[in-house]
Amino acid sequence: MSKEVLVVDGLNMHYETLDGLVQAVKDVSFTLKQGESFGLVGESGCGKTSVAMSLLQLQPDNAKISSGSIKLDGIELVGMTEKELRTVRWDGISIVFQGAMNAWNPVAKIGEQIREAIREHRPDNSKDENTEKITELFNIVGLDSSVMDRYPHELSGGMKQRAMIALALSCDPKVVIADEPTTALDVVIQDQILKELKKVQELLGLSLIYISHDIAVIAEMTNNMAVMYAGSIVELGPTKDVFSKPKHAYTRLLLESTPSVVGEKKKLRSLDGEPPSLIDEKKGCSFSPRCPAPSKECKNQELEMKLIEVVKGHYADQCCVECG
Amino acid sequence: MSKNIIEVKNLEKYYEISGGFFSRTKGVVKAVDDVSFEIPVGESLGLVGQSGCGKTTTARSLCLLDPKTNGEINFLNPETQKLESIDDLDDIELKNFRRNIQMIFQDPYESLNPRWTIKDIILEPLNIHNIGNLADREEAVKEILKTVGLTPPENYMPRYPHELSGGQRQRVSIARTLIMKPKFVVCDEPTSMLDVSIRISIMDLMLNLAKDLGISYLYITHDLAVARYMCNRIAVMFNGKIVEIAETEKLLSNPVHPYTKRLISSIPVPDPKYNRVEYDLNYDELDEIIKNNPDKKMVDIGGEHFIATHDVKDILY
Repeated sequence: MSKEVLVVDGLNMHYETLDGLVQAVKDVSFTLKQGESFGLVGESGCGKTSVAMSLLQLQPDNAKISSGSIKLDGIELVGMTEKELRTVRWDGISIVFQGAMNAWNPVAKIGEQIREAIREHRPDNSKDENTEKITELFNIVGLDSSVMDRYPHELSGGMKQRAMIALALSCDPKVVIADEPTTALDVVIQDQILKELKKVQELLGLSLIYISHDIAVIAEMTNNMAVMYAGSIVELGPTKDVFSKPKHAYTRLLLESTPSVVGEKKKLRSLDGEPPSLIDEKKGCSFSPRCPAPSKECKNQELEMKLIEVVKGHYADQCCVECG
Repeated sequence: MSKNIIEVKNLEKYYEISGGFFSRTKGVVKAVDDVSFEIPVGESLGLVGQSGCGKTTTARSLCLLDPKTNGEINFLNPETQKLESIDDLDDIELKNFRRNIQMIFQDPYESLNPRWTIKDIILEPLNIHNIGNLADREEAVKEILKTVGLTPPENYMPRYPHELSGGQRQRVSIARTLIMKPKFVVCDEPTSMLDVSIRISIMDLMLNLAKDLGISYLYITHDLAVARYMCNRIAVMFNGKIVEIAETEKLLSNPVHPYTKRLISSIPVPDPKYNRVEYDLNYDELDEIIKNNPDKKMVDIGGEHFIATHDVKDILY
């Protein structure tokens, strides 16, 4: 039994806006084991990135974690001061951002930017040691060491994303978050980056949180996954089980609306309507307005949203287990 | 035998790179190089390939947004039911021709004028082509909004694009395209900017419209899974050239060109139990075809499955 690296329990996060409180993350709980790859999937605005930002506490000023706990190796991160957090970021948890194109400083060399991160966390290392470390990381992600002396604009999108992964690995973090690392890339380059990430993850025994809106990518990359809808996790379990026996109506629709290049060509189902506004707390199931066949309790909003264990290790929201 | 709505022969689009002393031409980029295809009436062709392979340039040349360098574009004249080369058209005929061929753009956030209402946006083509009187035009806008599923139309007509979601905007784009009652629509990745859940409803809408109104599509995408859902035939483009073109299921089940194989193998499959086949780049099959057909540019290997015979070994790795 591998140990639990990251335990998130009952996380609530909201943004204070002029229109009111936006409940972006509602009661999210999951655990990440050593060497595991965990997927977070859902449509735009469902709170995937908000969860990632809460873990690193990099959220904007108007965002507040109202309750819940995030424990990294048993150490509570919620409530830490900025100074304490600086030791956790990159050393404990690092992130590969969505737009690698824009995540680099355009006027500094790639090597210098990675070196800066290492210097911050390993002040005793010599310059040669750092160079050696970066060369080693570049080797892992399939980049030539000459890339160190280049500026971001001299690299292609795929190369920038590879360098980004090297940057995320530079301080040997316990957990790496990959926030849609391939969304802006071409299919062929996406394939290369995914393979690279998978290889690195297996090689270094990384614990990886993989965020994507594309369930095909999640299917390939993760062992366990959670499906998010309107800020809440509606289904959680081993990736294989979620795909073969989806319990929640939303997951089922998500699976049936994804085209594939293999197997029989099938009619795809579309998901009508739009996700609910996250302003103002509403009681009951958030998915029932879009559910193709909501149950009576679900429609009347009598049930509270709560994950229940349907099969061992496979959880789904009690509202929509029977629907659709 | 069904008629072709469009026939493209040896289409070329070169961009000159100039610079240096007196801006002399330093070289040419062959963005589209010797591309030929035809699309039968009511069918759709998928144009698939990596970023920068020339998909969009082909589309823009077809729609006459960028003048082509060379080649022939023949379009079925709906009145005479005969194929006519667009080079032979005079100005007035050209304006009429443009009504029949329309384009849907990739980004619904940038292709709609933010300072115009939805009604103005959809009305514009009617005004340009001077169709009907004002009341007729307004009626047409209402009708088309209903067709694309934006009901009731009165709610949408006075709104501005920023008040709509991505999916609704793309529906407005489609409505603007369809108001001219085109016979041929070029779609440049119309769903790539949309969320997964909305993507299918837009694709279904386009499929239904094609069936009901008899529209043919040239559907540009980098996602083969989307092309499979939308198109009868698929053309795979690489480095400005079409390398393989075949009926959709044939192409996916029996790809011959090494680039097609690589493209298919790089698409993630939404099934954790499925192990993607690793293709090693194998040129034997292609070499065999090239050897047996020394003079042909495209070879039919049976059932209208065409393979390009130009050498790709140096550029494909």
